[in-house]
Amino acid sequence: MADLSINFAGIKSPNPFWLASAPPTNSGAQIHRAFEYGWGGAVWKTIGAPVLNVSNRYGAWHYGGQKMLAINNVELISDRPLEVNLREIRDVKRHWPDRAVIVSAMVESTPEAWRDIILKIEDTGADGIELNYGCPHGMSERGMGSAVGQVPEYCQQITQWVMDVAKIPVIVKLTPNVASVVPPARAALAAGANALSLINTINSIIGVDLDTLEIIPNIGGKGGHGGYAGPAVKPIALNLLSSLGVDPVVKQSGVPISGMGGISTWRDAAEFLLLGASSLQVCTAVMHYGYRIIEDLVDGLNAWMDAKGFKTIAEVVGKSLPRISDFKDFDLSFRAVARINPDKCIRCNLCYVACNDTAHQCIDLVDAAGNLVQPYNYDVRSNGKHEAVSTRPQPVVREEDCVGCRLCHNVCPVEGCIEMVELPSGRPSITWDELTKVRPEVGTSWEAMERYRDEVGIEIH
Amino acid sequence: MMIKPEEVLSEYHPPLTDHEAFVEANRCLYCYDAPCTHACPTHIDIPKFIKKIATGNLVGSARTILESNLMGATCARVCPVEELCEGACVLGAEHKPIMIGRLQRYATDYVYERGIDVFKPGAPTGKKVAVIGAGPAGLTCAGELAKLGHSVTVFEKRALPNGLSTYGIIVLREPVEVALAEAEMIKRLGVEIKTQMELGRNLSWEEVRNNFDAVFLSVGLGSVPQLGIPGEELIVDGLSYIETSKMNPSALQVGREVVVIGAGNTAVDCATIAKRLGAERVTMVYRRTDKEMTAYPHEYEFAKKEGIEFRFLTQPVEVLHAGGRITGLKCVRMQLGAPDASGRPAPQPVPGSEFVLPCDQVVKAIGQEKPAVAKLLGLETEKGFIKVNDDLETSLPGVYAGGDCIRAKGSASTVMAVQDGKLAAFAIHRRLVAGLEAAAD
Repeated sequence: MADLSINFAGIKSPNPFWLASAPPTNSGAQIHRAFEYGWGGAVWKTIGAPVLNVSNRYGAWHYGGQKMLAINNVELISDRPLEVNLREIRDVKRHWPDRAVIVSAMVESTPEAWRDIILKIEDTGADGIELNYGCPHGMSERGMGSAVGQVPEYCQQITQWVMDVAKIPVIVKLTPNVASVVPPARAALAAGANALSLINTINSIIGVDLDTLEIIPNIGGKGGHGGYAGPAVKPIALNLLSSLGVDPVVKQSGVPISGMGGISTWRDAAEFLLLGASSLQVCTAVMHYGYRIIEDLVDGLNAWMDAKGFKTIAEVVGKSLPRISDFKDFDLSFRAVARINPDKCIRCNLCYVACNDTAHQCIDLVDAAGNLVQPYNYDVRSNGKHEAVSTRPQPVVREEDCVGCRLCHNVCPVEGCIEMVELPSGRPSITWDELTKVRPEVGTSWEAMERYRDEVGIEIH
Repeated sequence: MMIKPEEVLSEYHPPLTDHEAFVEANRCLYCYDAPCTHACPTHIDIPKFIKKIATGNLVGSARTILESNLMGATCARVCPVEELCEGACVLGAEHKPIMIGRLQRYATDYVYERGIDVFKPGAPTGKKVAVIGAGPAGLTCAGELAKLGHSVTVFEKRALPNGLSTYGIIVLREPVEVALAEAEMIKRLGVEIKTQMELGRNLSWEEVRNNFDAVFLSVGLGSVPQLGIPGEELIVDGLSYIETSKMNPSALQVGREVVVIGAGNTAVDCATIAKRLGAERVTMVYRRTDKEMTAYPHEYEFAKKEGIEFRFLTQPVEVLHAGGRITGLKCVRMQLGAPDASGRPAPQPVPGSEFVLPCDQVVKAIGQEKPAVAKLLGLETEKGFIKVNDDLETSLPGVYAGGDCIRAKGSASTVMAVQDGKLAAFAIHRRLVAGLEAAAD
C-alpha cells in the first residue's frame, strides 16, 4: 500500500482528496459525514460578504444519455450567517484533527475586511485559508471573485493584505477566465502566497430551452452566465495546471498547487498529480454521486501507485510535467500510423467514414478476397444477417498514405482495436525550432518549404 | 379462475418507456453503411432512425422508417429481428445487440398514436393501378404508388384489410389495431380499399384489365392443405384458430390436450394460443427434427418457455375419435433419409412404430396452398408460385406480383412482402411514367 498522505504547504491530510469549496462543504454536518466516508480534507464553502441566493441556480450539460458532463451554477458564497459557519468550522476541526480543514474566504476589497475575516478564521483552529479569486458570477459583479483574479495587481494587493495578517497557510485560488493564468499566479506568489489552487469555474451559458426559448436554467424569466465545472472541464484544468507547472517563476517558488476541475475518478486524480498538483479538490462528481465516491478515489489511486511502484504522492507529483512541450519543440520526424486489428474490429466503419469524410482518406473497405469495395455495395434484394455479416468488408489503413492524425483511433468504439504504431520515418529527428534556425526561409516561403520537403522525402498530397 | 383472452394474449413486449428508448438509442454506435440496414430486407436506414430518437426528432425517426417500409409498425413487432437487423448488429459480438425492433415500434407508435401522417399523396398522374389483395405487399405497393401520384384501388376479399397482419399473427405479437392503423394510413394517401371483393367471385379479371393501367397481385396463399389422413375433418385449421383468437377469442374452442401438427411460425402461434387459453398439455408434432423446422430458433426457445412440448420425427397417420370427439392422434415414428426436393433430409416412416398421442383437439399448421389466381389468369408459375422477373412483373405484361404468392424461394415474411410491394411500385411507376412521356412526345 502506497502512502497517500500529504503535507501541502504545512497542511496535512491522510489522503490528497479534499472537497472543493462548494455546496458539498456548506455545513459542519455535511463535512462530518464526508470525513466519515474518508475524505482527506475539505475547503469550507466560501465565507465572507453577506449574500442572497436565487432558485434554479444549477444548470447542467447532458450528452448522449450521460447526465451532468458539466454543471454550471450561479450560487453565491455561503449564505449562512458568518457566526454559524465559524462555530461549525471550529467544531469540525476539533472532531477531526487529522483532516485538513481549510476555509475559503471572499470579502470586499479593503484591508480591514480581509484582516477581519482572516482573524476570525484563524480563531477557529482551521488548518489553512483559501482566497477565492475565482467565482465568475454574482460576486464578480460586486468587485470580488474573478474580478480580483483577472487583474494581477488586485491579486497581489489583496494577497499582500492577507499575508500581513495570516499565521496559517494561505492558498490563492485562481480563475480560469483569463488569457493566461500565469500572471495572476505570479502576482499571488510575489505577495507571498503559500500555495496556489486552480481552476475555479469557467464562464458559461448552459443552454436555451427550445420549448420556452428561456435560458437554462430559468431564473424568473431570465438567465445568465454561471460557473462551469465537471468532467467536461478537466482538459482545460489540466492545461492551466501544467502552464503553472512549467512556468519558471512558479517552479522556482516551489509553492505547491492544489488541482481541481472535473476530477471524478482516481484516473483523473492521477493525471492531475502527474501534471503537478499535490493536493486534489473534488466537487461536481460528489454533487452527482455523493461523498461515497471517495472510496474508489483512494482505492483506485492506491492500486495504480502500487502497480507503478510509487510509494508516496510526492513521487507522483509532476512526473509528466517534463514532457509538456510547445509545438516548436516537437519532433517533426516522429511518425505513427494507424493499424486496425481485424480480430478486435466489429466493422462499424466509424473509422472509415471519419477518415474518408473528414481526415485524410486512407482507410479502405476490403472484402474477404482482398478486393476494394465501396460502401452500400449490395443489391436491394440482399438481406438477412448471414449475408450482411458474411459480406461485410474490413476497414484497412493504407499505411503509406496515413498521416497519423489519430482520428480513427479516437472514434473507434473498441478499446485497443486501432492502435497508433510508431514507424521509422527515415528522417533524422528535427524540431521546427531547429529547422527554422538553420533554414528560416521554410517558414516564410512555400517554394523553400517544397524544396526542403523534396530533400528529406516528405510527400504530402 | 376464468382465463381472460385479452389479458393472456395481449402484446408480449411492453412499449419502451421514453427513458428506455433514449438510453437504448444512445447505445447505438451509428455505424456507417450499417450491417443492420443491409440485413433488413427493406433496408431501413436504422442508425439514422435511431439517432433521431436520441435527438428527440421522433417524427423524423418514423418518417425514416416508413420511407423504406410503409408497414414499419407491423415489422417492428413481427420481424424475426434475430435473423435480420439485430442479428447483424455489430454489438452482437458483445451479446447485446441494439433493440432495433422495439425502437422501431417506439418511433412508429409515436406517429400513429398522435395521428401524424408523415407522407402526402403525390401530384396526380392520371394513371390507375389495381392491387389485388390488401396484405402487407399490396398495401405497401398501393401506398408507394399513391405517394407517386397514381390513383390506386385495392380489392380485398376479406372484410378487413392488412391480410395476415390482421388475421394471421397472434395478438401476443401484433394487436389487430396496429394492422388496421397501417391500412388507414394508406387510405389517407388517397388509396381506395374495396373489401369483400374477390377476383373470380365478384370481381372479373376483364373488369380489372379494362379499368386499370397496371395491376399488382398480392393475393397471398390459400388455406392449409390436406394431410390426407382418416379423421381429418375433425382437425382444426391453424389459420382459422389464430383468426378466431384475434377476432372473437371467447368463441375459440380450446382442448384440454392439444396437438399441433407442424413446426413453423404459425404452428408455434397456434400452440401458444392453446397453452395460454388453458390447454393442460400442448404438443407440437413434426415429422423432421428441430434442425429442419421452419420456426426460427428464437421462436422455438419461446415455445419451450411457454411449456409447449415437441415430438420430432413423428408423423400423424389417423385422427382417432369416438362419438364425434377426438380421442387421440395416431402417429408413426420417422427417420431421416436422403435429401428431398426441398434439400432437407426426407423423413421415412419406421415400420411398426405406430403409437397414439392422447388428445382432444388437433390443429394443423403445415403451410398454405399455392395461389389459385395463377391458374385463373393463366400465369406462368414456379413450384406453384407466381413467376416474376427482377421487376416483379409476371408473364402478363403490366401485371406484377409480390408477397407470399411469389415466394418460391426463401422464407415468406411480412418484411419480404413489403420489399416486394415497394420494388413493384417503383417498377410500375417506371412503366407508367414511360407511358406518360411517350404520350407527351
